[in-house]
Amino acid sequence: MSREQKNYLKKRKRKKLLIVSLQIFLLLFLLGLWQIAANQEWINTFIFSSPNRVIKTILNLHQDGTLYHHIWVTFYETILSFLIGTLLGILIATILWWFDVLAKVLDPYFTVLNSLPKVALGPIILIWFGANIRSIIFMAVLISIVVTILNIYQGFQNVDPQKIKLMKSFRAKKWQICMYLVFPSNFQTIMATLKLNISMCLIGVIMGEFLVSKEGIGYLIMYGSQVFNLNLVISGIALLSIMATFLYLLIQCLEKFFVKKN
Amino acid sequence: MNEILKINHLKKTYHTLEKETVAVKDFSMSLEEGEFIAIVGPSGCGKSTILSILSGLEEKTDGDIFLRDKQIGYMLQTDALFDWLTILDNCLLGLKIKGELTEEKKEYVIALLKKYGLGDFLNSYPNHLSGGMRQRVALIRTLSIKPDILLMDEPFSALDYQSRLTISDDVYNILKEEKKSLIMVTHDIAEAISICSKVIVLSERPCTIKKVFPIHLTNGSTPIENRKTPEFPIYYDQIWKEIDYEP
Ligand SMILES: Nc1ncnc2c1ncn2[C@@H]1O[C@H](COP(=O)(O)OP(=O)(O)O)[C@@H](O)[C@H]1O
Ligand SMILES: [Mg+2]
Repeated sequence: MSREQKNYLKKRKRKKLLIVSLQIFLLLFLLGLWQIAANQEWINTFIFSSPNRVIKTILNLHQDGTLYHHIWVTFYETILSFLIGTLLGILIATILWWFDVLAKVLDPYFTVLNSLPKVALGPIILIWFGANIRSIIFMAVLISIVVTILNIYQGFQNVDPQKIKLMKSFRAKKWQICMYLVFPSNFQTIMATLKLNISMCLIGVIMGEFLVSKEGIGYLIMYGSQVFNLNLVISGIALLSIMATFLYLLIQCLEKFFVKKN
Repeated sequence: MNEILKINHLKKTYHTLEKETVAVKDFSMSLEEGEFIAIVGPSGCGKSTILSILSGLEEKTDGDIFLRDKQIGYMLQTDALFDWLTILDNCLLGLKIKGELTEEKKEYVIALLKKYGLGDFLNSYPNHLSGGMRQRVALIRTLSIKPDILLMDEPFSALDYQSRLTISDDVYNILKEEKKSLIMVTHDIAEAISICSKVIVLSERPCTIKKVFPIHLTNGSTPIENRKTPEFPIYYDQIWKEIDYEP
């Protein structure tokens, strides 16, 4: 390696280090400011809480053992609805690609379903499925699946016509075009949809937990707001941010794993 | 000589919501074993349509096609390589689709790749290859199913001039050596004369045959050499006038 290249790499590394330290600094600064504002009583801690109180609340939850239960419930519901939404979504997109008449027939329904705010269906879902995990999963799947289907179907339709022609010139059957061409050429689309999906599912799960109000982080937030314990509400939000980041990283690892395998 | 393909009064009409397009009005030709024929004509006159019908991608509207139990290989206008497959896997695609992927046939494809200068790239991906190499891969992918007749649709139009010349030589040598017959569509008159022994000139759409030029070059050899023969410019002139200057 030449000296110039080494210098260049060093520079890049330094810049990256700088950015990461600034990011951490910004977080600590905001937290610190919040804490000082609370200590100096610039803000009303009853409504705005403080980092100190949030940490205490989470420690309390840890001590009475409910913390991990709530985290686990939300995590489990998100992963479950993510799996169902993704697999079902890909399956339906494939069916639509296969039967284009069906796709044309269903097109207006998807458009309506896509623009409909799914929260509006919350009360009905609750009545249909009862106040339990099934309502939550249904809600999350409903929110994620429409986007999944539309995105992936569009990707399937955008496959290079020359490549389809090539497959046909070898007398490929439809399932072969699907397996050898349509799926692999849409790897990027599917991965992008997965990333979108996991956050959609988390949104759906939290909304479901608001409605069902039994367990999970969404329940903690709902409960906290009902008894006016804002410490609990903000702790819930903090936990959610951590979980959202974690889930995103999980999908990123999954992507890396698949890229390597290819 | 042995006639392996005969087309009589081929006709093709496309139907769309807006209109009915007669792409091919009346097209006849025959191809003998080992013969190279070029089809030239104005763009949009129906050349690709003829190849699509021959390869079974489109239905003919009328006319007859006699094919003597011959396998057809179609090389498209773009290389259409799958960038998620290695060069070797790209070339094995046809065999895989047909369910004929045996060790022996795989060896044959590897041998072809090695023979034509792609031996070092069996496990590379298409985006590491130059345009000319990609075209050669596309050709070997077509050859993998051992076709007797090759159809090529403006196979080199995406390449720069220098690569076109080299790849024409490559393809010519490969096809002659593998003893294939060729029907090639092009808008490049020089390419047609230098590669083929017969040039069919088509009219504007709906296309019919305007004129057929048998090409005889003294001391003809490979395409690049053929361009230096004394008859070459004369044919060029004749064909060019036939295509362009008609009131
Ligand atoms: N699938 C199709 N449907 C309707 N019209 C078509 C179709 N394919 C080609 N055409 C029309 O047929 C004519 C001939 O097309 P083509 O064979 O591609 O011409 P060329 O290859 O000589 O440029 C064009 O006018 C084109 O618009
Ligand atoms: Mg064409």
